[in-house]
Amino acid sequence: MPRVEFTPILRRHLPTPTAEVEGDTVRAVLDAVFAEHPALRGYILDDQGAVRLHVAIFVDGEPLIDRDALSDAVGPRGEVFVMQALSGG
Amino acid sequence: MATLYISTRKGLFTLTRGASGWGIADVKFLGDPVATTLPLADGGLLAALDLGHFGVKMHRRSKDGAWTELPAPTYPPQPEPNPSDERPDVKWSLERVWILEQGGDGAVWAGTLPGGLFRSDDAGETWALNEALWNRPERRQWFGGGNVLPAMHSVSIDPRDPRSLTVAISCGGVWHTDDAGASWALRTEGMFADYMPPEQRTASAIQDPHRLVACAADPDTLWVQHHNGIFHSTDRGKQWRYLEPAPSAFGFAVAVHPKDPKTAWFVPAVKDECRVPVEGAVVVNRTRDGGETFETLRNGLPQAHAYDLTYRHALDVDDTGDVLAFGSTTGGLWITENGGDDWQLVTAHLPPIYAVRFGA
Repeated sequence: MPRVEFTPILRRHLPTPTAEVEGDTVRAVLDAVFAEHPALRGYILDDQGAVRLHVAIFVDGEPLIDRDALSDAVGPRGEVFVMQALSGG
Repeated sequence: MATLYISTRKGLFTLTRGASGWGIADVKFLGDPVATTLPLADGGLLAALDLGHFGVKMHRRSKDGAWTELPAPTYPPQPEPNPSDERPDVKWSLERVWILEQGGDGAVWAGTLPGGLFRSDDAGETWALNEALWNRPERRQWFGGGNVLPAMHSVSIDPRDPRSLTVAISCGGVWHTDDAGASWALRTEGMFADYMPPEQRTASAIQDPHRLVACAADPDTLWVQHHNGIFHSTDRGKQWRYLEPAPSAFGFAVAVHPKDPKTAWFVPAVKDECRVPVEGAVVVNRTRDGGETFETLRNGLPQAHAYDLTYRHALDVDDTGDVLAFGSTTGGLWITENGGDDWQLVTAHLPPIYAVRFGA
């Protein structure tokens, strides 16, 4: 199953356990995590479901391309990292 | 105990009045931007954080002191394709909760950036966008002032009737409803905007009220610190009268006496393209005769090489009308207990101050 990991900076605000969840796109994988941790959604996505401007997501080390629909593919053993972008703050 | 909530760029500071004066009693959310707070009628407190990277976060402190994170207001799905009358740069997504107010019926209202008004009937557990105002065609004319996006910063709820609200937007004018937000009308007659092309100077939905407040005892009296000066109304905004006191009519903050509608305070700055105190001297302007005359109050305030700017929510007056506090972008906080005649520096070392609010 794909593995999702969140920046430790988020732990100041809420628990962010590393998760192994079903899904073949970044959207599907994150939705599976948010189903278990609904408060986390608003930290990562804006009101329209796009990735927040100052959040970066990597899939197997490559930056997410589709930041609006999150349609980038995730393999069965894919690794998704949700990071704080080095901007703003 | 008298309490003062200071929302800053790096935390929420709670001050209390002890026998020896005002002091910081509690620090919460240290390091995180806190946009505003609202003391609730049940003794609780709402706080709106703006984490930047991770968005707006709402927290509520119960009467017994326990904090809980609550869902933030969320804009509804944006139509696709974008409506033809929608500005292409306006995304229907919450950027900031800038003002929180509670009416006599318990409803909590949130004014936000990019301009939407939200209502909660359960003290922030759930929120609903006021679609009647959001869907007004004039919203296309709104634009940002200071911010990139339009922003609602003032929500004045009539204490005589909680269905009567007057809201103000930078830059989107002053809007009024008498039916709890089912229908809205612009109220800017008498206002003008020198920052617009001449033919747009008196247009309505582009006015830039920086802050709007109403007298609690006489809610028909409104005071507005506007981008172009001070405006005063005695008929709940149907007609506005322009005032231009020395040393400057420019500024952001205004407070009105809770019992005397003729008394109001302002913290002026030079002008829009030079946002510092006039001649480096921090002053408070006060009128006690409905704007006929103004006094410039200086006792206890720095009068040389002081570059403190006071944001629109960073001046407040308590229920007595005697105690006022204001804070600055450079972390200075001053309090008066005699209506502004004399001021005392409480601390010069807070983070940049966004909002100052008295609590019970």
